[in-house]
Amino acid sequence: MNSSAGLHLKTYLLILLMVIFGPLGNVLLGKGMKSIGAVNLSTFAGAFDVLSRVLASGTIWLGIGSLISFFVAYMLVLSWADYSYVQPASSVAYAVVALLAHYMLREVVSPLRWLGVLIICLGVVVVGHTPPRTTEPS
Amino acid sequence: MREFIFYSLIICAGTGGELCVSRAMKAVGEVKDFRPASLIKVAARALRVPWMWAGLSLMGAAFFALLAVLSIENVSLVVPVTALSYAAGALGGKFFLGEQVTRRRWTGVLLVCVGVALVIMGRR
Repeated sequence: MNSSAGLHLKTYLLILLMVIFGPLGNVLLGKGMKSIGAVNLSTFAGAFDVLSRVLASGTIWLGIGSLISFFVAYMLVLSWADYSYVQPASSVAYAVVALLAHYMLREVVSPLRWLGVLIICLGVVVVGHTPPRTTEPS
Repeated sequence: MREFIFYSLIICAGTGGELCVSRAMKAVGEVKDFRPASLIKVAARALRVPWMWAGLSLMGAAFFALLAVLSIENVSLVVPVTALSYAAGALGGKFFLGEQVTRRRWTGVLLVCVGVALVIMGRR
């Protein structure tokens, strides 16, 4: 499976996993940290208190698990595809983050912000029409 | 000011970390076999590359900065702001990894940056 079509298929598949698990992880972390409240890192005791509450939060562990899944998919795809291809292509994740923040966390996403997300996705389409690998495999 | 430091850390350490990790994965070579046993072998090989450790450390720092910012700000603002690393990423891909960033790819990255700017301005 070294044809260009095969390379594209497995690249797209792993990027799909990335844009599901990455945003989900971020939203879960946001939910967990919001329930912990603003962090106080000015004193050692304050930082330790925050860290212990972070580590005790099930939501944050779920988020970490989701981000690890994202990270594994990311590592695998980076073993053959260009970083400057994968990074912009996975930015569909920003639209997913806005959607999840809106529906899961009830965050208000303003029209201008949705427009911004749309333009980000447009950039993704432009990047998606370039070859995934420009360096020779070693 | 505190937010600014956290955002800088997320963007710089995050991008730097990803570039190091990407370089390490390039050294490992293309993953063609997705069975769990061989994936573990890939992970073991990846962990023997020093770039991987540098990358993981930087990404760890960025992760804790992200947690700190998320305790203050909304996810729908924080995550798009971290996308400012796109320009840095394209530059890093070009100069650090030797990838050829075509004009078309630059255009896409530029659009992404414009979108990120609007997301920031869309702060109510």
